[in-house]
Amino acid sequence: MELSEQNVKKQRPVHIDLQTIRFPATAIASILHRVSGVIMLFAVGILIWMLNESLASPESFAGLQSLFDNLLVKFVIWGILTALGYHLIVGLRHLIMDTGRWEELASGLASAKIAFVLSAAFSIIVGIWVW
Amino acid sequence: MVTNAASLGRSGVHDFILIRASAVILTCYTIFMVGFIACSAPLTYEIWHGLFSTLPMKVFTLLALVAVLIHSWIGIWQVLTDYVKNVSVRGLLQFVFVVAAFCYLAAGIIIVWGV
Repeated sequence: MELSEQNVKKQRPVHIDLQTIRFPATAIASILHRVSGVIMLFAVGILIWMLNESLASPESFAGLQSLFDNLLVKFVIWGILTALGYHLIVGLRHLIMDTGRWEELASGLASAKIAFVLSAAFSIIVGIWVW
Repeated sequence: MVTNAASLGRSGVHDFILIRASAVILTCYTIFMVGFIACSAPLTYEIWHGLFSTLPMKVFTLLALVAVLIHSWIGIWQVLTDYVKNVSVRGLLQFVFVVAAFCYLAAGIIIVWGV
């Protein structure tokens, strides 16, 4: 072991108590924004298929509508709209942060939490709408 | 300046602008679509078909799909370069996602063309 490596190991405070390590709201907002974005990439495929079914003919439109009675289909639509709503709301937060606002620790945490609340509210409203 | 062959823009600044410009278009399209469907309930085939038979709606839809291509290209690049360290796997995944986004655009053009 090299001397420099020994020094690093000696001086560094060790904190490996994973039970007490928590991601801050800003980090959770960031990772969920990525997750919801990747989900939307798959979702757009489903939405385009639905667009085709809804426009091809009156019969296929009716067929798509009757598909919405299915519980699993309802759940998928609700999931897509929740991911879309969350991605959009946190994306708008991103755009506001580009203007130099909400960049401090307190304001960043607060805006992340507000984004969570708004997304949850949107998700509930969409859930009521779909069911 | 470090450039990456798999990114969409000519530079990081270019990507920065493109992902935001496409985000604004997609926000407008999303709000319009959700608003239209919510306001015209119960939605009939006539109303829906009538909406997409107009030129502005076709253009708006294709604009949104071009925005999806740009936005997803840059977005998936950001995610993959952070989490997938193996160059071959990352390249393959980037290829698959970009091809998928191109297919969405092609499908969208064909779908709204005939309405």
